[in-house]
Amino acid sequence: MKFVEEYRDPQLGKKLLGRIHKRSRKPARLMEFCGGHTVAIFKHGLRQLLPDNVEMLSGPGCPVCVTASADLDRAIALGSLPDVIITSFGDMVRVPGSRSSLQKAKAEGADIRIVYSAQDALAIARDNPDKSIIFIGIGFETTAPTIAASILQAEQEKINNYYVLSLHKVCPPIMKAILDLGEVNLGGIICPGHVSAIIGSHPYQFIADDYGIACAVSGFEPLDILLAVDRLVEQIESGQPKVEIAYRRGVKPEGNQPALRLMETVFEIGKANWRGIGIVPASGLQIKAKYERFDALKNFKIDPGPTLEPKGCICGSILRGVSTPRDCRLFGETCTPEHPVGPCMVSSEGSCATYYHYGDSHGR
Amino acid sequence: MEDKILLAHGSGGKLSQDLIQSFLPDLTNPILDKLDDSAVFDISGRLAFTTDSYTVNPIFFPGGDIGKLAVCGTVNDLCMSGARPLYLSLSFIIEEGLPVADLKKILTSIKQAAEEAGVKIVTGDTKVVDQGSADKLFINTAGVGIVPEGVDISAANARPGDKIILNGNIGDHGIAVLSQREGLKFHTPVPSDCAPLNGLVADMLAASANIHCLRDPTRGGLATTLNDFAGQSKAGIIIEEDKIPADKAVLAACEFLGFDPLYIANEGKLAAAVAPRDAGAILAAMKRNRYGVGAVIIGEVVAEHPGQVVMNTSLGASRIVDIPVGELLPRIC
Repeated sequence: MKFVEEYRDPQLGKKLLGRIHKRSRKPARLMEFCGGHTVAIFKHGLRQLLPDNVEMLSGPGCPVCVTASADLDRAIALGSLPDVIITSFGDMVRVPGSRSSLQKAKAEGADIRIVYSAQDALAIARDNPDKSIIFIGIGFETTAPTIAASILQAEQEKINNYYVLSLHKVCPPIMKAILDLGEVNLGGIICPGHVSAIIGSHPYQFIADDYGIACAVSGFEPLDILLAVDRLVEQIESGQPKVEIAYRRGVKPEGNQPALRLMETVFEIGKANWRGIGIVPASGLQIKAKYERFDALKNFKIDPGPTLEPKGCICGSILRGVSTPRDCRLFGETCTPEHPVGPCMVSSEGSCATYYHYGDSHGR
Repeated sequence: MEDKILLAHGSGGKLSQDLIQSFLPDLTNPILDKLDDSAVFDISGRLAFTTDSYTVNPIFFPGGDIGKLAVCGTVNDLCMSGARPLYLSLSFIIEEGLPVADLKKILTSIKQAAEEAGVKIVTGDTKVVDQGSADKLFINTAGVGIVPEGVDISAANARPGDKIILNGNIGDHGIAVLSQREGLKFHTPVPSDCAPLNGLVADMLAASANIHCLRDPTRGGLATTLNDFAGQSKAGIIIEEDKIPADKAVLAACEFLGFDPLYIANEGKLAAAVAPRDAGAILAAMKRNRYGVGAVIIGEVVAEHPGQVVMNTSLGASRIVDIPVGELLPRIC
């Protein structure tokens, strides 16, 4: 496999940085939507290398981080039911809900297993016909098609003990919600790379047209991100916001049609609960009535109890780009990757964990 | 002999004896062959003593298996203190049902690795547990060695100015094992780097007595080892991103899994902090050894930011290199 070194070439990177420094004059406040972008920016130290007038904010694009406490409480409650096996992506098990976490529930006896994909969960369902297997479906448009595929496969194979708790979220509506809140005065958005590989670049057009904000889809290598910043700076300087793809090897304007069809077959758009933002209409994916026998919420009775948010945690305003982890008085003190209070410290792509691991110009 | 390991193989009776007898030809040496309750041998000098238990899934992986790992890992732990490894113990915990052929293969690997490292297996034990009570095979090895006069190596000995040397590509073992794991299978041309490093360490010590720290970056990877040096020596470390060698295939696998090669396990690598004036001679000696051909200076020890490892990135920025928290998990998004 190629395509790694080419996108880390220091000479090309320095050239791009030179071009950005030369062209950028106006203040440019840019939000990188994805947690994956935040990690890459810190890992390669890109913030230190950009001109002072280019400011980078981290956005809400971390699927673990945006999972609401109430939804986690549901997952934990499902795990406490008899003869249920909960299957989940790894990071999720450590996120604190209102009173517990999946990890703590596991230590107390719930059968909770970490899987790498919904296919693994399906395999567990095949091997345990006398148990109910519930997959905690988190993620954006990147993961949703694979989970849709697992439901279709379960239907085809007549696996009747496989369920999904769909907490999936979609990106363009949350971008709109953040812009409508008017809390952050953005000049440009680095649009998600892997999400756009599925949905394409067309869904961001409204951001340029209606809000006058520059958009560039980026990959996750340093040169991808520098190219995206270069494109955003160019749009801002020329006063012509549009949607550009700075990740052509991964993203087509029309996206991945077969994956989109899979998603549309199984899911329909509905409201979703975003941590720190609240319930946003038309920003989530619910399982369609036709497939409701796979829907964990429709098939199990649970009482998750009242929702409590962790005291002093500002993950919500960090996810909206209003605050940085440095503004949180828990950061690095009571909240660390070993003992996370909020989800942004749990996920390897969460802003707080990234600030903590890689440090910024202020050190850790 | 049966073709699968039975509980009776661990009972202490006839089957146990047969199994142990079948091990002997591979491991034979006068101390072991006595089959007394403990190995008895003469030894003098400063003793180094270490133990490690080995569990790996799968037990066979490209470039090695759990047997080779169990010998190399303990040999390497001994020589990272500057010791010349001499004797090993070998203890199996076998899950009932393990194919005897698999055990034979692993024994052959143990024999070959011990021969290469020049160590003798002098005592051992075998237990068999019910299915589900262990995962195929666990191995514990302990080892003793002699630390030569004048050698004083510890992670607490790094001093400002010391050069940090690495003996080659990072991440090979972790990626090779991961590529074989159920649910995550992918093709990679990179085998594990699992190897005994005592010969390399001996060559380094022959070139200079001024080797301050030595450690094999196994679990937790190079990042963890360098943080150990910085933390225990109360000094800072600066490394250069573009000096750290890694195979392209490992970088590619790390990219799609969302891993950083600095945190991936190695089984045939060492990191050293050495006096700057001897760095050239040590490096030259390493390059002449088959396990040090790719040796390179990747950074240095500094008085600033004690306890912290900082990396200068290829693009000219810098960042902290932290220790990992918990298990590495593939990216979701």
